[in-house]
Formats: sequence, structure tokens, C-alpha cells
Amino acid sequence: MAQTETEIVQGIGSDYAIKYGFHVPEDYFFKSGRGLSHELVDAISSHKSEPDWMRKFRHRSLDYFLARPLPTWGGDLTGIDFENIYYYIRPTEKQAESWDDLPPDIRDTWDKLGIPEAEKKYLAGVGAQYESEVVYHKLQADLAAKGVVFLDMDSGLREHEELVKQYFGTIIPQNDNKFAALNSAVWSGGSFIYVPPGVAVEMPLQAYFRINAENMGQFERTLIIVDENAYVHYVEGCTAPIYSSDSLHSAVVEIVVKKGGRCRYTTIQNWSNNVYNLVTKRAVAYEGATMEWVDGNLGSKLTMKYPAIWLLGEHAHGEVLSIAFAGAGQHQDAGGKCVHVAPNTSSVITSKSISKNGGRAGYRGLLEVAKGAKNSKSKVVCDALILDEDSRSDTYPYIRIDENEVDIGHEATVSKIGEEQLFYLMSRGLSEAEASAMIVSGFVEPITKELPLEYAVEMNRLIQLQMEGSVG
Amino acid sequence: MARLELRNLHVALEDGTEIVKGVDLAVASNEVHAIMGPNGSGKSTLAYALMGHPGYEITEGQILLDGEDLTEAGADERAQKGLFLAFQYPYAIPGVTVTSFLRSAINAIRKARAGGVDDPVPVPEFRKELFAQMERLKVSRELASRYLNDGFSGGEKKRVEILQMAMLKPRIAVLDETDSGLDIDALKIVAAGVKELVGPSMGALVITHYQRILNYIEPDFVHVFVDGEIAEEGGPELAHELERTGYAKWEKEKETV
Repeated sequence: MAQTETEIVQGIGSDYAIKYGFHVPEDYFFKSGRGLSHELVDAISSHKSEPDWMRKFRHRSLDYFLARPLPTWGGDLTGIDFENIYYYIRPTEKQAESWDDLPPDIRDTWDKLGIPEAEKKYLAGVGAQYESEVVYHKLQADLAAKGVVFLDMDSGLREHEELVKQYFGTIIPQNDNKFAALNSAVWSGGSFIYVPPGVAVEMPLQAYFRINAENMGQFERTLIIVDENAYVHYVEGCTAPIYSSDSLHSAVVEIVVKKGGRCRYTTIQNWSNNVYNLVTKRAVAYEGATMEWVDGNLGSKLTMKYPAIWLLGEHAHGEVLSIAFAGAGQHQDAGGKCVHVAPNTSSVITSKSISKNGGRAGYRGLLEVAKGAKNSKSKVVCDALILDEDSRSDTYPYIRIDENEVDIGHEATVSKIGEEQLFYLMSRGLSEAEASAMIVSGFVEPITKELPLEYAVEMNRLIQLQMEGSVG
Repeated sequence: MARLELRNLHVALEDGTEIVKGVDLAVASNEVHAIMGPNGSGKSTLAYALMGHPGYEITEGQILLDGEDLTEAGADERAQKGLFLAFQYPYAIPGVTVTSFLRSAINAIRKARAGGVDDPVPVPEFRKELFAQMERLKVSRELASRYLNDGFSGGEKKRVEILQMAMLKPRIAVLDETDSGLDIDALKIVAAGVKELVGPSMGALVITHYQRILNYIEPDFVHVFVDGEIAEEGGPELAHELERTGYAKWEKEKETV
């Protein structure tokens, strides 16, 4: 392989550029100025004609954000220029229910990303967020008839204010952390989902988040309520153009899974390498409920994200499956948290991280068992694969157990791709890059096999893309 | 017709230690050659070097396949050109099923042969062929969906090596100690599988310590390999002689030199 390291890294970028990294002209209904202020918060709230309680919630959140210091753990956040970010862009005046009703540039973007095609084939509903607003939204009619609500968060607030008011900011308080406070101040878009008792949504609901403008800040806000014995699988994907200066994505996702319900939340995060991705995700699971986070982080400059599950009812079960892939210039600080509050609860955290070309991927997790959560069971497995000498892997497994009658297991491995494994595969005709990609796909297979076929294929394709020409 | 030719091949380890000290050998399709030698004679090094293992350096000489010089080629290119090595100790690839691995390997070879253009094997055709070969080699169907060599018994690994050979259809196959770890029934099946493939489009080089496998794959030529060199060559009768006398004769000669 004659390519130099630089060519290879550029090669990866250009591939991303063609498939996802493009941008289209801005012809927007409204674009705020740069920077953050109470005036901006007012402007956002006015644009959305929000109730007064939400306006106040936003202002208070901004105060919390301004008062809190920047975290010094995890990744390096000092590069974020909060004054240079556009906090609110409303691309279109009205949300569309047909792709054809979107402005041509925006519609072409979705076509290139394959969202309308996917909707036809295997999705029960789609929300497509472009900059700050969900520009397209649709749910299958039969699900709507069963009482399933799948809206963008703004419409959710308008149409189901009491339900939103009951839960919004209760799972993740507005002052939970600096970035949750920021989101609470300037949130826009995201999904609101309610699944009535006993209703199983068989096909996934998908949200797709797209940043187009340079120095964009995207702050979607999602609230999912799965009622008793109901089921939903929500999938989110995201991409952005490649710019030389940074963008910020900071979401808050709150989930309530009631007695006997089940929620699976899958993320395939593929932001361009100039996006800071700082996300707070937390779910509560009541008696006999199951919550599953499947979290794939392949893109972004820095990701700090640790999806959490609070097991509040007996026999609740939580799972976090996390894949983090860090290439050149990337830092993935990912992981998961499970907090056992009730007896007879169980959790599994499986983390697979891969680093290459100087990338840094890590697992940061918390397992906590409160006093009285007797017979709780938990297993944490974190495996790291390091592809070259320049790359780094970290593991920070925090465990706090305040109950004696528990069954806790923790395993961690770090491995490198063996020369012998590579030789074996290459002796069957695979190139070095193909052989490495195959070993990596195998490494993450315990997680990709949990995905619906289309997403497993997508995940493997993205890994392939990350791996292409990555070895010289 | 395929023809693998080694000309004065010298192979050294990364630290410079010479292991293979000048081997001349030609294997053509329709032919079965046996390389027989004691432990530590450098047989496996020869096999690895033939396949292009980066840890073994060819310090002198040439490897030619159908006249094309592959001395500097990587393992992937050698495989694409039609060389195959059945490993003595196959490696496990967790998370990758036998089926998906085989399909990727076949498609990689097809792509190389199509001049770098994707030319994937149609899935029904692939499956039909895979199941037919598995049947022939008595590999249980269940193995196809298991992870490659992950938790396989010694016998399963060896059978899957031969299955790979049957699927990839090399021009010249090198079998490194394929008989080790096989019971007699498995050995018969594996040997029959190899014999079936040897013909106008494939020749085989069987590397072994014992004569046992040669009872089932009758070699046309036997090369006695001692201390990195071919010490004697002959027909199948040489293998039987070795079975009686062992390698002492040649090893002694070496010591007195």
C-alpha cells in the first residue's frame, strides 16, 4: 500500500464529504445571530408561541448554564466558542407531511441520505430535523389510530401540553449538568412519543438529525413515554457537513418506561469531525419494564455521552450496548450508567471501543446499587480494540454498591489486531484494509446483531468506511 | 495448467536467522508433492514464506506462479493469483461467521480477477456451492453460521480449512500438517476432499511430518526436507522408506558435514 498516512486520512474525509459531508445553500425562514443571551431565548420561545411556563423554564435554564463551570473531566471542551455558535435556525415556515413539499435543497439532502427510501421500506414513522426544526414528520395512519403519538417536540408541547408538563425536565433536571442546562434553555425540535398501554409499535420510528449551516448549534429535545406493557423502538441517525470550524450538538433525551413496557433506543451517530457532541440521555424503568440503549458513536470531534437507566421498579431490566469508534482527530468518551434502586433488578452494560490513526476511544460507566436493592444483578463488559501505536483507549468503570445481596460482574479487555489474524485473512485474498475491517466488524458483532438488519448493514458499512485505507 | 516454481528460495526470520536455505521445487496441476521433514526442519516457515507472511523475509531466490514473479507480493495478492495455504493452526476470527467470511474472501478474489471491479458471487449460487462442499467434507451445517474457528475442535478447524480450499478453488494449494489433530475417519474425509480437487486446475503441496496422510493422498513426488534444505527426492516409495527408517539418516549426514 503506497498511500501515505496523510492521503489516507484525507481519503476518509473525502469519502465522508461525498456521502454526508456536503452542504447546500442557506435560504432560511429565520436565522438567529451568533451567540447566546436571554433575548435569544425570548426570540426562540416567541417563534414557537410557547406557554409562559416553558419560557420561564428556558430563562432559568440559561442562568444555570451561565453559572456552571465547564466540565474539566472527559474530553477537552475549551475549544468550544459559545459566542460563535448559531443557536436557532428555522429553515422553513411550516413542517411538511410530504417530502415534495420541502424546498428543493432540503429535499435533495434527505434524498441523498436515503431517508424517504428507508421510510417506504421499513419505518413506521419518520421525523427529519434540519438545523433547529423538524421539517418533515409522518406517522403511519394505523398507529395514529391506535393512539400512538409521534410528533416533533414543539408540536408535542402544543398538542399535549399537560403530558409534556408532567414529565419534561423531570428525568433530567434542567440543572443536571452544564449542557443539559444549555439544551433546556435553547432546545428546539427532537421527538415526542407516547405509546398507549398494550400497544406494540412493531417497526421502528426513526428520527434523523441534519446540521447544514457552519457553526450551527443543534439542541433537540426528546421525551418518550412508553405506557404499561407497550413497546417502541426509536432510532436516530445524524450527519453534518465538513467545515473547518466547529459546530455543537447538545441533546437531552428523557424516557419513561412504565410497568411491563419496553423501549429500545438506537443511535447511529455519524457527525462530521468538526462537531462537539455532548448529549444527556436518561431513562427510568418501572416494575418489570425493560429499557435498552444501543449507542453507536462513529463520528464527531468529541463525544461525551453516557446513556443512563434508573431501575425504579422490581424486576426492571436495563441494557446499554455501546460502540465507540475513534479515528484521526476524534475523541469518543462514551459509556453507560445503570442505577439499581429497586430489588430484583438487572442490568447489562456491553461496551466495545475501537481507536485508530491517533484516535481516542474510551468507556466511562457507572454502576450503582442502592441500599435495599436486594438480589440485583449486573454485568459490565468493556472491550477495547486498538488498531495502531498512535491510538488510545481508556476505561473508567465506576462502581458503587450499597447493598450486600447483589451479583455483580465486571470484565474488561484490551486487544490489538494481531498480525497473525491479519495474515490468515489476507491469505484468503482480502486486502489488509478489508481484513482489518472484518476483524473490527467481528469485534462489534455482539452489538450489531442486536440491530434490525438494515441498521446492522448501515453500521457495518460505516465501520468499513472508517477502515478504508486506514492501514498502510 | 498451473505451475508453482521455487527457485533457490532462502527465507530468514526478522532477526536474520536463516531457516530455509535454498529450495528448488516445481509443483504443477495434476500433481501431488509431499514435503516430509522432522520437527524444526523449517517446513512451516517454507509454507508461511510461500504465502507471504510478513514475519518471514525472502532473502534470496524467487517464487513464480505460472511464470509470474510473486516474491514481493503480499499474501492477499498471492491468494488472488491462486495460491492457498491450509494452516496448521488456523486463527479464530470472533464475530465473523464462516459463511460471511467465505463470501467476503470469494468476492475479494473475484474483484481482483475482474481488474478491481466488484463482481460479487450471486448469493444463491454461493449457498448452493457452500452446502454441496460442506456435504462432501462432512462439515455440519451448523458450523456455517458459527464464528470462524472460534471454539472449533482441532478436527473442525482442519475440515474448515479444506472447505475454504474447496470454495476458493486455488491453482496451487499448500497443506501444512493438515493431518495433525485428525482422527482416522476425519483424515479419510479430508484426504478424499483434497484428492478430488487435485486435477487439471489444481496441484497440491502436502507438508507433513508423518507418512500417515500420504496413505490417503498418494504423492507423485516426495521431497525430504531437513535443516532448511531438500535432502533427497523421489517417488511415493520414498515416503514408505521414511516411515520405516525415520529421518535419522539425513540428520546424521548433516551432523557429520
